[in-house]
Amino acid sequence: MLNQHEIFETLNMIDEQHLDIRTITMGISLRSCAHPDPVICAEKMYDKITKYAENLVKTGEEIEKEMGIPIINKRISVTPIAIAAESCETEDYTIFAKALDKAAKECGVNFIGGFSALVQKGLTIGDRKLIKSIPEALAVTDYVCSSVNVGSTRAGINMDAVKLMGETIKQAAERTKDRDGFGCAKLVVFCNAVEDNPFMAGAFHGVGEPECAINVGVSGPGVVYHALKGVKGQPFDVVAETIKKTAFKITRMGQLIACEASKRLGAEFGIVDLSLAPTPAIGDSVARILEEIGVGVCGTHGTTAALAMLNDAVKKGGVMASSHVGGLSGAFIPVSEDEGMIAAAQQGVLTLDKLEAMTCVCSVGLDMIAVPGDTSAETISAIIADEAAIGMINNKTTAVRIIPAPGKKVGDSIEMGGLLGTAPVMPVHGESSVDFINRGGRIPAPLNSLKN
Amino acid sequence: MNAIITVVGKDKVGIMAGVCVALQKINVNILDISQTVMQNMFTMNMLVDVEKANVSYPQIVEALDAEGERLGVSIRIQREDIFNAMHRI
Repeated sequence: MLNQHEIFETLNMIDEQHLDIRTITMGISLRSCAHPDPVICAEKMYDKITKYAENLVKTGEEIEKEMGIPIINKRISVTPIAIAAESCETEDYTIFAKALDKAAKECGVNFIGGFSALVQKGLTIGDRKLIKSIPEALAVTDYVCSSVNVGSTRAGINMDAVKLMGETIKQAAERTKDRDGFGCAKLVVFCNAVEDNPFMAGAFHGVGEPECAINVGVSGPGVVYHALKGVKGQPFDVVAETIKKTAFKITRMGQLIACEASKRLGAEFGIVDLSLAPTPAIGDSVARILEEIGVGVCGTHGTTAALAMLNDAVKKGGVMASSHVGGLSGAFIPVSEDEGMIAAAQQGVLTLDKLEAMTCVCSVGLDMIAVPGDTSAETISAIIADEAAIGMINNKTTAVRIIPAPGKKVGDSIEMGGLLGTAPVMPVHGESSVDFINRGGRIPAPLNSLKN
Repeated sequence: MNAIITVVGKDKVGIMAGVCVALQKINVNILDISQTVMQNMFTMNMLVDVEKANVSYPQIVEALDAEGERLGVSIRIQREDIFNAMHRI
């Protein structure tokens, strides 16, 4: 029989260190829903989602009860709507966002991702219509999440799409100004987007995915933080080893839940995402792990190196624990969703420039960052371009989820509520990027040798 | 299917008896027990077989919750798989 120490180690992780399964996300292909009539197409989407995901929440709750580990979110991702709805004879894709929202509510999930377009090399008719519909779609729905992939290592960066997304983010903020621009919290701009990501707001069900798959994201910043408290003052070799062992244990849990959920739901087991995903709760913060490693406040000198080591050790430990690893897999640094990041940003130690450096070594990018409401569309586009360039050159996923909070200035805060937390409004550079963005065109795909 | 029951609380007479009787009522078989009292805290782990239980799994959880409340201790049941996943390769 298991010994008492092992049993209580697991129980302590769950009870005191916030170990949980962050999300079970069911990916559903909507490629079979195409129809020229948008009303019929939307109905087919609704019917298919509610049929496949009918038992998702119920099954999640059953597993939660049997295993005694919290499963925080049950979510759905679908085929990018720009693809699924392209054959519809309509200009406005909001009707599909509404169908997704209604289906999400019927299934009882708390987010549905896939109001998306993949435009790294260029825009099709459907892509253009979808991007145009994003501000309205995010304003009139509650649970729909949107993402647009504007670049990749193989295709380069589509600067026309980057420009378009800067404008779209501004419109999404304006359209939800009564809620501090909340629409933007549900909109991600990617470079090298992954097809099996279970985490919102960037989840979508890629075109290479099966009909229906279960992807699971685990979370355990609190567990890693607690483990590191036991090795204070020890060299980095010991720190890395401790993180690896902890990540292994956390991921084994995710693997078990993913297998169990996919078996019960009759869906394929997709992947386990090895990310360390923080929440605004005290003791569930990635920033506090970095501070435990030794940086005084997250964002000061040394932060990037500490994060690089953390991110790598999490992957090394986790990859052995799961039969299929995928998704974003790395440490997340969403500012508003991490209690330690919020504190560091409020102190002015954690800046946008430092965050950009941090995104070079971890998953995913400039995430959940509020900037002043008067930030121009071109400046936002330029921030997206910088971040996409990091992803493109380093062969990794990067993303921007930024909220130009209407009417807010540096020093203000916006409340997103729940897991999305509180975002302090951070300063951006005031100098113009207009001429840079107005050039348009494409940044060519980079060379993958002669690395320096 | 095997499950692990953990009981933690202030030590007093009848905790073991209470838990065992509660399990007997729902036909859950005890396979192994490990128990200690440290600084007046009663701690017990039980390996049980719930295969032949005469109620559903959620009802087992409820029955143990009720017994825990009566005894003033925390009783929790979880499938053995979760611990094996974490601690056994």
